Amino acid sequence: MKKLLPVFGMVLLLVAVIFAAGCVGTGDESGNQTATPTTSVPTATPDQLKIATTTSLYDTGLLDSVQDYYLTTYNVDLLITSQGTGKAIQSAKNGDVDVLLVHAPAQEAEFMDSGFGVNHRGVAYNYFVIVGPESDPAGIKNMTPEEGLTTLKNLGEAGNESIIFVSRGDNSGTHSAEKAIWAAAGFNYTADISGNPGNWYVETGSGMGDTLTVAGQKQAYTLTDEATFLTYKKNNNLPLVPIIDEGETLLNRYTVITISPEKFPDTNVDAATNFTNWLISADGQKFIGDYGKEVYGKSLFSPMVTLADSTLPPFNIDSTTPVTVPTVATA
Amino acid sequence: MDDIIDGVTQAIHLIVTMDPEVMEIAQRSLTVSSQATLIAALIAIPLGAAIYYFTFRGKRAVIGTIQTLYALPTVLVGLLVYLLVSNSGPLGGLRFLYTTNAMVFAQVLLVIPIIAGLSIAGLSSLDKEMKYTIQSLNANTFQAIITLCREAKFAILSGVMLAFGRAIAEVGAVMMVGGNIRHFTRTLTTAISLNTSMGEFSTSIALGIILLSIALIVNFAMNIIQNWHSGGKKDV
Repeated sequence: MKKLLPVFGMVLLLVAVIFAAGCVGTGDESGNQTATPTTSVPTATPDQLKIATTTSLYDTGLLDSVQDYYLTTYNVDLLITSQGTGKAIQSAKNGDVDVLLVHAPAQEAEFMDSGFGVNHRGVAYNYFVIVGPESDPAGIKNMTPEEGLTTLKNLGEAGNESIIFVSRGDNSGTHSAEKAIWAAAGFNYTADISGNPGNWYVETGSGMGDTLTVAGQKQAYTLTDEATFLTYKKNNNLPLVPIIDEGETLLNRYTVITISPEKFPDTNVDAATNFTNWLISADGQKFIGDYGKEVYGKSLFSPMVTLADSTLPPFNIDSTTPVTVPTVATA
Repeated sequence: MDDIIDGVTQAIHLIVTMDPEVMEIAQRSLTVSSQATLIAALIAIPLGAAIYYFTFRGKRAVIGTIQTLYALPTVLVGLLVYLLVSNSGPLGGLRFLYTTNAMVFAQVLLVIPIIAGLSIAGLSSLDKEMKYTIQSLNANTFQAIITLCREAKFAILSGVMLAFGRAIAEVGAVMMVGGNIRHFTRTLTTAISLNTSMGEFSTSIALGIILLSIALIVNFAMNIIQNWHSGGKKDV
């Protein structure tokens, strides 16, 4: 029995070391979780701002750069979680984050109308593109987005097996944009497309990058935001090229929304307000506009500041008026 | 093929240069999974020992259920923990969502059945006479359980190692409840998932190699300790 003691000693020691390391580790990370934001007093511990965003905005790497820059400049740690727009908005409705960065006008409007959001501002835009194999088997080049998708549907339903359209199918911003194009082309998405798909219509249910991989492997068409496409194409031998890149329904507009402190009083609304104002400031807009120029030869996102007036259609969003911390009516 | 070669080259580079972001992610994976395994062990070993030691109605059903839960789907645990700790959930007051605490929580739930089940199995493989001998020596219940656990220690330890392996390789649950936040809740598995969806396959492979290495090193270390203390006559 005596020689058992050292074994337990060893295990205990190991466990103690791991635990000690663990305590230090998580102590650092979750320490300032619910502390009241002190924007005026500079502190050593960075303030934290929780942001939920879309995969297509995150996967380009823009937000990693913003995170680094913002931490050094303003001592605020941006905790960014990327999930499709659908889940991001749901997280916001649960009060699990402080700010939303999304690109789905219809879902944003619903979110604002139900009183979950305040301080809605436009920050950047680019365009969706319909990409596909270089040979363009459906011959949809130079068509409008609506005509293109309609042609794909007709050929696919006629049994042409080389025609495949890959959809995100995940309620993301890109998926919403796809649905908007189907609607503009005169189809009822739920009944005509998703509900009656056939072999030509493939739903991946995953992020933009994964969907591009699937489309590439299947030599299929898909709708993607330009930024993710360029990033992804650069990292891979993606056998897809832009086929349709013009049309009003292809506008992709990114906006920022603060979660209403009326609904969730303990979110970090001060930091959210500052962050929104930074995004629409000259500094923030320049940061967004410059991102990717060196690596991709063109910027991945056009800052809203380049527009004469963003409140006009098809943009329909204020992108210049600074926001203030919303006043909460006390009951 | 190029991706695989690039990945291996990149992995070696990342490890040799001790890339700070990769080291941070690897350390977080290790910390979260170790804590989860430890907490789960503190709960599950006594639980398993008690289930083994006492006779009660439905004991077979309980053991059967525990064994079935070895295959507990990680995304289901993720969903459950998400709903529990979300700000509008019953444990929302803890503000655990999108922190490493939530990830530990999810992994604890995930591996408790493994440790408990394998502890029961390990104890059951002891000679039945031992239990009666110990009881006949007037040991109280607590002393008896401790003694039996000592006898089955290698089997129990193997269960703990298996649980650690499942915890550190897990991606579904930590992605859901941790949110894969850079510098905060990103682990090796969620980083692999992210890099794959960004098309950075070689980085994914590099991180995968690091993940595999950690699992192997931990298991080899435990094996060596076991061997050493059983004087080379290991029979587990």
